[in-house]
Amino acid sequence: MSWIDVGPAERIPMRGARVLRAGEEDIAVFRTGDGRVFALRDRCPHRGGPLSQGIVHGARVTCPLHDWVIDLATGEAMGADVGCTATFRVRIEHGRVLVEVPEETTAPGAPVGAAFQPRSSAR
Amino acid sequence: MSGRRKLVVVGNGMAGMRAVEELLALAPDRYDITVYGAEPYGNYNRILLSPVLAAEKTLDDIMLNRPEWYAERGITLHAGDPVVKIDRARKRVVAQSGRESPYDRLLLATGSSPIVLPVPGADLPGVVSFRDIADVDRMIEAAQPGRRAVVIGGGLLGLEAAHGLQKRGMQVTVVHLLDRLMERQLDAEAAKLLERSLRERGLTFRMPAKTAAIRGDGRVQAVAFDDGTEIPADLVVMAVGIRPNVALARASGLACDRGVLVDDTMLTYDPKIYAVGECVQHRGKCYGLVAPLFEQAKVAANHLAEFGIGRYVGSQVSTKLKVTGIDLFSAGDFEGGTSTEEMLFKDASRGVYKKLVIRDDRVRGVVLYGDTVDGPWYFQLLRDGVPVADMRENLLFGQAHLGDSGTAGANAATLLPDNAEICGCNGVCKGTIVKAITTKKLFTLDEVRAHTKASSSCGSCTALVEQLLANTLGGDYSQPSAKKPMCPCTIHTHEEVREAIVKYALKSIPDVMAFLEWQTPDGCHKCRPALNFYLLCAWPGEYRDDKQSRFINERVHGNIQRDGTYSVVPRIWGGVTSPRELRAIAEVAEKYNVPTVKITGGQRIDLLGVKKEDLPAMWCDLSAAGFVSGHAYGKALRTVKTCVGKEWCRFGTQDSTGLGIALERMTWGSWHPHKVKLAVSGCPRNCAEATIKDFGVVCVESGYEIHVGGNGGIKVRPTDFLCKVQTAEQVLEYCAAFLQLYREEARYLERTAPWLERVGLTYVRSRIADDAEGRRALYARFLEAQKHAQVDPWAERARGYDAEEFEPLRAARAVKEAEVEEAEAS
Repeated sequence: MSWIDVGPAERIPMRGARVLRAGEEDIAVFRTGDGRVFALRDRCPHRGGPLSQGIVHGARVTCPLHDWVIDLATGEAMGADVGCTATFRVRIEHGRVLVEVPEETTAPGAPVGAAFQPRSSAR
Repeated sequence: MSGRRKLVVVGNGMAGMRAVEELLALAPDRYDITVYGAEPYGNYNRILLSPVLAAEKTLDDIMLNRPEWYAERGITLHAGDPVVKIDRARKRVVAQSGRESPYDRLLLATGSSPIVLPVPGADLPGVVSFRDIADVDRMIEAAQPGRRAVVIGGGLLGLEAAHGLQKRGMQVTVVHLLDRLMERQLDAEAAKLLERSLRERGLTFRMPAKTAAIRGDGRVQAVAFDDGTEIPADLVVMAVGIRPNVALARASGLACDRGVLVDDTMLTYDPKIYAVGECVQHRGKCYGLVAPLFEQAKVAANHLAEFGIGRYVGSQVSTKLKVTGIDLFSAGDFEGGTSTEEMLFKDASRGVYKKLVIRDDRVRGVVLYGDTVDGPWYFQLLRDGVPVADMRENLLFGQAHLGDSGTAGANAATLLPDNAEICGCNGVCKGTIVKAITTKKLFTLDEVRAHTKASSSCGSCTALVEQLLANTLGGDYSQPSAKKPMCPCTIHTHEEVREAIVKYALKSIPDVMAFLEWQTPDGCHKCRPALNFYLLCAWPGEYRDDKQSRFINERVHGNIQRDGTYSVVPRIWGGVTSPRELRAIAEVAEKYNVPTVKITGGQRIDLLGVKKEDLPAMWCDLSAAGFVSGHAYGKALRTVKTCVGKEWCRFGTQDSTGLGIALERMTWGSWHPHKVKLAVSGCPRNCAEATIKDFGVVCVESGYEIHVGGNGGIKVRPTDFLCKVQTAEQVLEYCAAFLQLYREEARYLERTAPWLERVGLTYVRSRIADDAEGRRALYARFLEAQKHAQVDPWAERARGYDAEEFEPLRAARAVKEAEVEEAEAS
């Protein structure tokens, strides 16, 4: 595993998510209404729906395909549903989001260090 | 743990334990809980004692919470040790064994006791009541084939006892004081049908008859009547009614009447003591059915958890007899009187009888015998006070609600085999649902949805699932109260929220949530999209759309597919296109390697399988060719389907394509509670299928017929005829007014069809057809909203608006291990 810097937290919409391409796998990086950031494998444990596209409420996300509700901290399905998706560690350093990703993500072809233009942070 | 308060629950029955379960869900750590129960068991489902007696279920089947359940939750259970004294001054209870427990809060749930007739011999061995497991054990013990049982009481409980004993081989006579069985639930006609059916099954009746004494020498031998006659008996069951257990409460000085008096928060006259269940008297009423008890438990738990927002305002109750093979349903004022009218249906050879009591255009009472499929529906009409003028002609034939999606023809869930698919969306069979209800002890529709997924998608099987619940639980199942909150985040209904938004000028989602005291920090996937729409509708041009409260389809203006790709449907006005437009679509499809191109049912072209990142560029190309979004993804105006009309068709009476295009130009871009489809047919042959659209126009020689509230989806519903108008301009005005009324008054995710059924065609007609001034005002409000809504979302995004939504996050750099370790250490 290795850590990568995906830029300022503001790049992830509040109560929303962005997708981080990590090798074969997509990682969904979420930011909650109270400013916390979480990262999950972007696949619902139910039918593989892209969790990054769901509605974020509290520290949970609702899968856009069949409304499973997934806990952002644990990756576990809530309520009576049973299932779990992988979580990735996240740190915020000086307002920037660091995500711990599998090693191969930094291999050639992955968009690490790609043309990222620092933006003035929104807030 | 210190700081925990002490809750003592007196009574280990269904109401008390339901309150504890609700409390644990709200505030698991607030109390150390101690439960006292008179019976030496965990908590069981008392309703199901009848099937146990009839040997259709075992005791094991009806256990709700076993002793382990209490232990796992740290609850102290003293089963078989009833509380005999409440010392309110010292805040302690004393049990029969001498054990004492102090409390900070006390919950009384002492239930009720069977009434024992004050006749000589009532205390003889062999005379039992029908209340608890011990009674059932005694009955089963006495129930040897060929022996004679006399059941005193021809009410619900008495008949269930008689049925059970008969199934165990006894010869059973039912003795009833009146000449009508179940007089508190049935009118004379239904009671006769029931009596006949029970006689055919071999029960004997003695009615009207008054019991004078029970005779026997050391054990019951006969029942004697006041006319001097007597009949032999080896077992006598007294089932003449129940009486709330108030002795303990009364002795401790709490105000009691028939039951323990409580206010709307289930608080007794002592501010430390709550009470729920059959021992309670609320607004003058005592309840003996499970649904009201559960509502009370929920309210009491809310106040025990110190949330302080629940109110119990009384319950309407319905009754169903749990005798296998006899379907009987009753609710409300089933007798009627001089101020009511009756609707009757009787088919003696099928054994079907239905009676509805109507007053002031509302259902006030219902009795169903033989065919009770529509019982829950009538009950809902009754409880919600729905005007029925518009459905009178079909009212007695039922909702005809079932069976348009894979369950066609099935109108009685009981008759279906276990492998019959109930929920076609999620592939859930009857057996799975019934098993979940029994093994997981489910009581409500929401619980079944959570555990099985049945009825959780399109909802068309809801009525079937409700039937399964009712049948499996034995009839005391009742839908949640009429006042349904929007979602678990709030106690307010859709209507209350909409009203507050307008009345208190609430202009953002956080404002609404703060003002109405939302119970979650930022709502959920159900309430946020609804609030976003309500605000958008209330404050056009002013409210700033919250895209994070939009479902993904509306956020990215495409329809998400099962593999996470999107579909793109350009608007094709009225379904009329050109070689140039088709060429442009073909080029876009090729350029972006669109895997599937499909003609839709709405006369447009669907480009399926587009990657999210490609959407803005594709829209850019489509915009350049003159296309705008078709909103095929939204709770919005979708399409206007047309036929070719009089320009080409030899039958056409008007320019249906031209009118369709004009309607689409006026309405495109409008957001609605649900999707909205329009159509215009050029003659009554109706090739554009206008009579299954939300708003359909059928052209005739003399003008335009306007039809509303149809859909061809989950449940096909043809439109209702609204009115006829003379000119195309009028069609536009009526259309806009109708849509605006729907936007302003329907609940989010309610299509025009169910909305129209809920509010009634008469109402919609009064607002649109009969009230010219009101109609023009609605029309004006629609046009005003459209000024702000008709911005093509595709063109906006093709120009770079909201670009980050469509781009993956790019890593700025890899972080060296040392950096992280350093950061972690610091």
